[in-house]
Amino acid sequence: MIKAILIFNNHGKPRMSKFYEHYTEDTEQQIIRETFHLVSKRDENVCNFLEGGLLIGGSENKLIYRHYATLYFVFCVDSSESELGILDLIQVFVETLDKCFENVCELDLIFHLDKVHNILAEMVMGGMVLETNMSEIITQVEAQGKMEKSETFVFQCPRQDR
Amino acid sequence: MALKIVKGSIDRMFDKNLQDLVRGIRNHKEDEAKYISTCIDEIKQELKQDNIAVKANAVCKLTYLQMLGYDVSWAAFNIVEVMSSSKFTFKRIGYLAASQCFHEGTDVIMLTTNQIRKDLSSPNQYDTGVALTGLSCFVTPDLARDLANDIMTLMSHTKPYIRKKAVLIMYKVFLKYPESLRPAFPRLKEKLEDPDPGVQSAAVNVICELARRNPKNYLSLAPLFFKLMTSSTNNWVLIKIIKLFGALTPLEPRLGKKLIEPLTNLIHSTSAMSLLYECVNTVIAVLISLSSGMPNHSASIQLCVQKLRILIEDSDQNLKYLGLLAMSKILKTHPKSVQSHKDLILQCLDDKDESIRLRALDLLYGMVSKKNLMEIVKKLMLHVDKAEGTTYRDELLTKIIDICSQSNYQYITNFEWYISILVELTRLEGTRHGHLIASQMLDVAIRVKAIRGFAVAQMATLLDNAHLLTGNTQRNGICEVLYAAAWICGEFSEHLEDPMQTLEAMLRPKVATLPGHIQAVYVQNAAKLFATVLQKHEGETDSQAAQETSQLLIDRLPLFVQSANLEVQERASCILQLVKYIQKLQQKNVEVAEEVTALFAGELNPVAPKAQKKVPIPEGLDLDAWINEPPSESESEDEKPKAVFAKEEPKHYRSRNTEVDEKELARRREVRKQEQANNPFYIKASPSSQKVYDAPGVEHIPVVQIDLSVPLKVPGMPMSDQYLKLEEERQQKEKAERKKKEKKKKREKRGKGRKADSGPESEEDITPAQHVDIVTEEMPENALPSDDDDKDPNDPHRALDIDLDKPLADSEKLPVRTHRPEVLKSPAEDRVSESVPPETKKKSSKEKKEKKKDKEKDRKRSKEEKKKKKKHKEVEEELLESQPEEPVQSEETKEAAAPPTSTSAEASDLDFWLSSAPVPPAAQEVTVPSSAVETSSAAVPESEPDEPKDTEPEDTKSSKHKKKKQKKEKEEKEKKKKKRHHHHHHHGEAGGEDSVQNGTVEEEEPLPPMSNYSVLAENSFIKMVYDIQGNHQDESKVVVSIIFENKSDSFLKSMEFNVLDSLNSKLQRPEGAGPHDGLTVPFQLPPGVSNEARFVFSVQSIVMPQKLKGTLTFIVKSDESSTHEKLDFKLHFTCTSYLITTPCYSDAYAKLLESGDLKGSSLRLEGINMPFHHLLARICFHHHFSVVERIDSCASMYSRSIQGHHVCLLVKTSDQTVSIDAKCDEPSLLGNVLDELKQTFSKC
Repeated sequence: MIKAILIFNNHGKPRMSKFYEHYTEDTEQQIIRETFHLVSKRDENVCNFLEGGLLIGGSENKLIYRHYATLYFVFCVDSSESELGILDLIQVFVETLDKCFENVCELDLIFHLDKVHNILAEMVMGGMVLETNMSEIITQVEAQGKMEKSETFVFQCPRQDR
Repeated sequence: MALKIVKGSIDRMFDKNLQDLVRGIRNHKEDEAKYISTCIDEIKQELKQDNIAVKANAVCKLTYLQMLGYDVSWAAFNIVEVMSSSKFTFKRIGYLAASQCFHEGTDVIMLTTNQIRKDLSSPNQYDTGVALTGLSCFVTPDLARDLANDIMTLMSHTKPYIRKKAVLIMYKVFLKYPESLRPAFPRLKEKLEDPDPGVQSAAVNVICELARRNPKNYLSLAPLFFKLMTSSTNNWVLIKIIKLFGALTPLEPRLGKKLIEPLTNLIHSTSAMSLLYECVNTVIAVLISLSSGMPNHSASIQLCVQKLRILIEDSDQNLKYLGLLAMSKILKTHPKSVQSHKDLILQCLDDKDESIRLRALDLLYGMVSKKNLMEIVKKLMLHVDKAEGTTYRDELLTKIIDICSQSNYQYITNFEWYISILVELTRLEGTRHGHLIASQMLDVAIRVKAIRGFAVAQMATLLDNAHLLTGNTQRNGICEVLYAAAWICGEFSEHLEDPMQTLEAMLRPKVATLPGHIQAVYVQNAAKLFATVLQKHEGETDSQAAQETSQLLIDRLPLFVQSANLEVQERASCILQLVKYIQKLQQKNVEVAEEVTALFAGELNPVAPKAQKKVPIPEGLDLDAWINEPPSESESEDEKPKAVFAKEEPKHYRSRNTEVDEKELARRREVRKQEQANNPFYIKASPSSQKVYDAPGVEHIPVVQIDLSVPLKVPGMPMSDQYLKLEEERQQKEKAERKKKEKKKKREKRGKGRKADSGPESEEDITPAQHVDIVTEEMPENALPSDDDDKDPNDPHRALDIDLDKPLADSEKLPVRTHRPEVLKSPAEDRVSESVPPETKKKSSKEKKEKKKDKEKDRKRSKEEKKKKKKHKEVEEELLESQPEEPVQSEETKEAAAPPTSTSAEASDLDFWLSSAPVPPAAQEVTVPSSAVETSSAAVPESEPDEPKDTEPEDTKSSKHKKKKQKKEKEEKEKKKKKRHHHHHHHGEAGGEDSVQNGTVEEEEPLPPMSNYSVLAENSFIKMVYDIQGNHQDESKVVVSIIFENKSDSFLKSMEFNVLDSLNSKLQRPEGAGPHDGLTVPFQLPPGVSNEARFVFSVQSIVMPQKLKGTLTFIVKSDESSTHEKLDFKLHFTCTSYLITTPCYSDAYAKLLESGDLKGSSLRLEGINMPFHHLLARICFHHHFSVVERIDSCASMYSRSIQGHHVCLLVKTSDQTVSIDAKCDEPSLLGNVLDELKQTFSKC
């Protein structure tokens, strides 16, 4: 199971957080801070696995992360997930974001948090991996995007008339 | 109203959307909080409006603020409003917000049940998808119970997109509503073989997650998973399955034996590191489970260790880390094979990566022996000195202690050395683990009697130098060791050389700065020391020394009497009074030592940590019952003693009570203070004592703060290193001595009171330096031998420990809403619920088997009964013809009433699978999916000959009867066959299901059985059938699955499979093999057995079909002789085999056709007189297409090649003529595919 997925930047500012267990907002922020603290002090060329922090789950859990330019992508998982598999999944996630946003950068994530969530929802559901095939993910995301567009079009029509 | 809407729209234009909000926050970096609070006010205004778009926008912004840490639960109701919007856009925003902030405590959640149900059954698949995604995050027990049935229906939805989500969410439903597991499980199991890889992967995911927690309930699925493992090419699924097997093998060693071979094959063949790593991991798990029973698996171990060494030596830090992690698992059972890599692991201790160092430390833990313990610990101590950062140093510290104390101090030969190590560790700066060192000191001093003298001396020095430990405020954690030191010195004070000096050290004014609990121990043990001093000086004519001691105590104790800490205060005043009394007696020259010592007499024995829990509750004792009637509210006086008593209750109650107690105590303290203040007779605390409380350092004594950043070498403390040398010398000396005293040593060894002596190597030769007597921990008498101590009673997975093999009882069916008519159901779903009632799907194959058993039993009953029954059955049979599902249902209800014998049946199934050769004989038609079905079909021929026998006596009665009976049997057989084939054409059926998505519900005949396996070659010994499948992940690989069937009476072994590669297609051979080497088939075949092997081929161009020549060589071994045989074959790679069933939606399909990149071609088939849906099913099944849309007798179909070519078909039929218009971006591929299509239909 995946316990949480966090994205934050080099300064620890959260860019997306998805917790698959309930925590209060304060605890969530604490977890993000703690995770940032753990992850940010690591060199670039060390391994991408970390024993879990104190707040989220304890010794059963692992932090698996990747660092892309200004962003950290951190998955907190338990022992039933394959470490290398999750690393691949992060890669798929980032590549999907890259496709959906066309050359994704931190600003895309900042301004389109909802879209990031929607993309993630096609990959991971309730802490379990739903889909790993990138083209399938993109197909579904685009189909939903199209639906949204058609709805907003209908919706905005009357306004333009006025 | 209209005006309102207009107003709303105009307002909306001025509203901030999410982007504006983010921009605003970024522009107000200095006063972010203030800005956000104004934004929240705006949002609150927006939420009050009627316009749903405004609301959705507001909720969207709240989701962002939630991420920043703002509590948005106040908007929960508005979120529900947005969720229930009919627009997908808003709905999605609502569900997203809900998934981020709803939880079990959110009260509005109960309002959502009907909305979610409506969304689940929405005709728009994305509405359903969004609802499922949201629900997966906030499902509560109530929601789970109310929606379980709806979700279960969705598991058979026509769209794979919905199916996979519904399957995944079931796990959450099970967790919240465990009762749903049994009714839903058969369908979940079915989904393991769903034609859509995504759904399959989801089902594997869920079952793996379930099985991980309660593996024993899922053992019966092992054959199914085994088959998936050998057939799946999806690495993600493979990893999950292999991980699952890792959890199952400890329960069933035979399973492990079966796994070793395919796993080693995978290790050799896979190029994916993640898969390789998980294989190694599971092989390790298998080897661990086998370690007792199997003598020789050293080859596998070697393979694993070898692969792991490669990983550890890799420059990729991730692989290095995982290698070490897996190594530590091998270590547990096969320490020797790991110990040979000690160099590599010690090297990793110097790695710059902390995670890797920590893993290496873990490994060291298991690698120590009596011989190398001192050496390893010395290395670690060096690292402790070098280490930067307290976390790693703390980790080192705990590791050193773990390593030394493991399995009852098994590896420690010299406890003096260990004590000095502990003392050295106290010099660590800023460690958090003072209490750990302290508990070790206590434990060793208490349990190793021989060491007490030494320990006491060390502790006395420590107490004497206490200022070094406490001087630096940063080193607070370490002062815990003083607790241990004081206690040891007091308890074993008879070993002290100069108790007076220690007593003096313990009563220094500086002590008052220590934490309260340590002071309390100081005071108490000062009294013990006092007793010892008195004892020592007893009988001396000059009582000067004893009196001086009393005076010392009387002088110093008042400091503690004034302590703010209750415990310290109480103890100090008791002892002060006692000493004063003693002093009086001393002045009268009364001998008191005896009596004072008696106060502290008696040995303390160590108690096992779980001892309290293990005390059985005596019969008739109900701890929850009131001893006295509960006091009424007003009698608050009575309550107090009760609360005090509660503290002493058994441990397992305590955790619940302490919290209350603390609060309660605080409250009472307040009350008491109030009372005291008002009580004129109570002597209030003097202002001076208040001062002490405020400024802990006693002011009038000048204290020189020694702030040492460099740990001092405390004079008189022995260094542990000396012991290393000493130990070496001693061992050498001993060796020499031992030769002389062989016999004596034996006796000595027997005298040792140590139980664990099973260390590896020759370490038994090393005798401990001291005669050590480790006192074992005490357990209460008649303690319950329970193992479930470690299970957390709050673990939600406990509730899921459910026997899944028992047949379903009626009462267990999921609650279905009946009081209300079905709301808004899509036509597709109508079909699902009408033609395939959940009951039929729920039926597991094993239940079918049980039914068969029941029938066999029936047969043996008396004939009269039988006749009656026969009539009944005939009726049933008639029903069967008209309505295929009906009898199944009726029989199921019968089963529910029947005694549950199936568990044993299931077990024997598994036994059969485990004991036979890899795949049961029935697997000739390998498309048969589940083992239970396989065995039942295998058993059919056996049971059928019985039937004519039964009917023989009936011959005389009437021939008419007989005919009927035979007819019935025939029908029965057919029925069975049908059932068996039910799974056969599952692939085809998927197409059929898709075909009706537009609402054309028609009675369609069941599909004929189909199999993709075609004969490769055959001779009198062996038959080979094969199927070729494309690989989803790799565009240049196809997998050829070949089933080898032994037709002879002899044993077939050493099968070698070889193919002459062409330029285009090559057999993938393991590294190091030449291009012409054959591949060994990884199994042998006993007579009549068949098994499947898979071979991977790499292909370059896929537009042309191709044939590869190959040979199978094997040895036929019968009782008398063995011969070498060979069989030639031609592997036919059709273009079809490069196609992969890929779902496609009509809009995407239309877009594809419009794009104009595709070239067309067409085909006409005459004289086809099969139903249209059969035709489609055939194309789907044999040629890996999926139906995009079907309207009457016209259908569009789609498939994709492994290299991404799109193939589109438009199939039309009229009067035995089928025309196929096809389009593809690669004309030659299309031509060949059409040729193959033509061939398929010319055959029938």
